Amino acid sequence: MLLTTLESVPGRKTVRHLGLVQGSTVRAKNVGKDILAGFKNIVGGELKGYTELLQEARQEATNRMIQDATKMGANAIVNIRFGTSSIAQGAAELFAYGTAVVVE
Amino acid sequence: MEGLIVFLGLLLIGYVVGTQTEKSHVRDIEQREQKVRHVPVYNLSNCELVPPAQTSTMVVGSVVISSDYFKTVMASLLSLIGGRISVYEGLLERGRREALLRMKEEAIAWGASQVLNVRIESASLNGDTSNGLMAIEVMAYGTGIR
Repeated sequence: MLLTTLESVPGRKTVRHLGLVQGSTVRAKNVGKDILAGFKNIVGGELKGYTELLQEARQEATNRMIQDATKMGANAIVNIRFGTSSIAQGAAELFAYGTAVVVE
Repeated sequence: MEGLIVFLGLLLIGYVVGTQTEKSHVRDIEQREQKVRHVPVYNLSNCELVPPAQTSTMVVGSVVISSDYFKTVMASLLSLIGGRISVYEGLLERGRREALLRMKEEAIAWGASQVLNVRIESASLNGDTSNGLMAIEVMAYGTGIR
């Protein structure tokens, strides 16, 4: 599956547009990481645990989007966008969406 | 009284260590930015920029960055007056530059000659900061081509 944020895949001709595909996942922070983050919040800096957590979540959302596109018979997803929203205290939703297409 | 001492202690630790962390982070960012300067990044999707017969891949860079105690307290004081909250401006700038850098580094590792249609997004990981934790996620993504 070819993924791109462009409106077409470079070097390939788009044959058919199949429509919007999306994937999302909701992740909660865990207690251990929260305690560490609490300490880190005194001195500031990167929260590596959360960076990893959100990267995993983004991967999961992307995979679900790919599954969606595979079902439609697509071989590429174009114009991909990501979003993050905090839906509750300690939980974040990651979503990815794009347009499934068939390229040569 | 004890509460006040703890508060001032945390404020001092936050200020001293936080300033130090910020300085070293900025230095680190500047050094790495020098190394990746040869790869241009555009937020255009203009196909004229894409030379023919290329392969492409999506690249993502992200970081979760948190404020120190001193900045959090300063920000809550400043937000009473309103206007510019300068202590968070630097924090967000560092986050964005770090996310962009990670994206570029991923693109370079793959062999990209340029990165197109870059989008930058940031999200607060907690609705209210009263809980103590102030963390921001910044994400940069685009299409690397070679």
